[in-house]
Amino acid sequence: MSPTEPLLQVAGLQKSFGSNHVLTSIDLTVDTGGVLALIGPSGSGKTTVLRCLNGLEKPDAGTVSFAGGPAVTFSASTGTKEAQSLRTRSAMVFQNYNLFPHKTVLENVIEGPIQVQRRPKAEAIADATSLLERVGLAEKAEQYPHELSGGQQQRVGIVRALALKPSLLLFDEPTSALDPELVGDVLTVIKELAQEGWTMVLVTHELAFAREVADHVVFMDGGVVVEQGHPDTVLREPREERTKQFVHRLLNPF
Amino acid sequence: MNVDWALFLDSLWPIVLGGIAGTIPLSLASFVLGLLLALLIALMRIGSNRVLAWIARAYISVIRGTPLLVQLFVIFYGLPSIGVTLSPWPCAIIAFSLNVGGYAAEVIRAAILSVPRGQWEAGYTIGMSRGKTLRRLILPQAARVSVPPLSNTFISLVKDSSLASLITVTELFRRAQEVAAFSQQFMLLYLEAALVYWVFCLVLSSGQSKIEERLDRYVAH
Repeated sequence: MSPTEPLLQVAGLQKSFGSNHVLTSIDLTVDTGGVLALIGPSGSGKTTVLRCLNGLEKPDAGTVSFAGGPAVTFSASTGTKEAQSLRTRSAMVFQNYNLFPHKTVLENVIEGPIQVQRRPKAEAIADATSLLERVGLAEKAEQYPHELSGGQQQRVGIVRALALKPSLLLFDEPTSALDPELVGDVLTVIKELAQEGWTMVLVTHELAFAREVADHVVFMDGGVVVEQGHPDTVLREPREERTKQFVHRLLNPF
Repeated sequence: MNVDWALFLDSLWPIVLGGIAGTIPLSLASFVLGLLLALLIALMRIGSNRVLAWIARAYISVIRGTPLLVQLFVIFYGLPSIGVTLSPWPCAIIAFSLNVGGYAAEVIRAAILSVPRGQWEAGYTIGMSRGKTLRRLILPQAARVSVPPLSNTFISLVKDSSLASLITVTELFRRAQEVAAFSQQFMLLYLEAALVYWVFCLVLSSGQSKIEERLDRYVAH
């Protein structure tokens, strides 16, 4: 695969909740090994895009296709099965971690590989252990999530996603629930993953971080893509008025 | 009133034995079957199929809205008139299971709904089906929440099982009745039965605390 071949192509994605049109028509392309940052005000629909990509929401219309897989076209008659078929390609990291509180850190990580992917237990444990080591949590393997700090829990959340060996990592505001002093640890892990060549889509409010790790920034507002391009362009010299206001407000909150 | 301690001691073992051979197996069997039924009813109630949800609601409404004694009599004395005759034990187990099914269904439903939505999504996102997410992720967490209310249901069941004496099941209370009828010492024998029930329930309550402690491992304090 050439590094620029798109891993994921999204065209005409639409989603409404009742009469609320959350996504009007979204087109996105994610290159293999690329990092796409989705930014925009609350309610702009960026998290919904992410959830559609992982099959947690069923789009009303549009096409989602991963490299090497069939294009999934959504319509009113599309079943939940099609939405779920996307799940095998991506793994999600949630804002609130959503770790399983009744399972140890290690059990959280090996649950998917063993129960869903049917991989041998010894292999899953070995993989999980080395991933936990990577993020500096090897010694926490036997502890329960509530015994960990928020930053540690989120790193476990990232490891749980990595253990599934997905082709795409989805991050839904991964640092928004963290105390400010814990944000750095998590962002460092994400940055390292990006440098290693993981393909990812990142919903974030951390514009400085987006500028650093992303190679493509998409600014959404009101369910549409307002502006997209290289981070230096979108975040430093935005063309659209709405982007300008948003970036200005986040960089100068007072 | 002179307490006939000799009678008290002589009758203690037969009454306790009635508990061990009657009350306890009757309650346990009914509780286990009732919980399975309750889980099914709770899932029907939560699920998206409206017909099933309606059936579940109707079931809960009937069970909770009619006396257990009447349910028991319908099964034992009523069914034979439509050609279904069952012995006392199966009748008691069926009636009590159906009853637990109605009450525990609401407990289990509430416990399942108390698990945050994000837990379902985390299960889906690692590729699990709805059933597997329920079984491996949601129910274990719901179990912790439902132990106290389900313990109440079980303790109530142990006491309500005395109603089975009215359809000739030999259990704790029926033993006491037999001795009381024979000795005419009603006050003594019924207080003795009450005492034995109370001791049984004390043991159950301590069992509840043990289960809660065990399930508390992963709960933040």
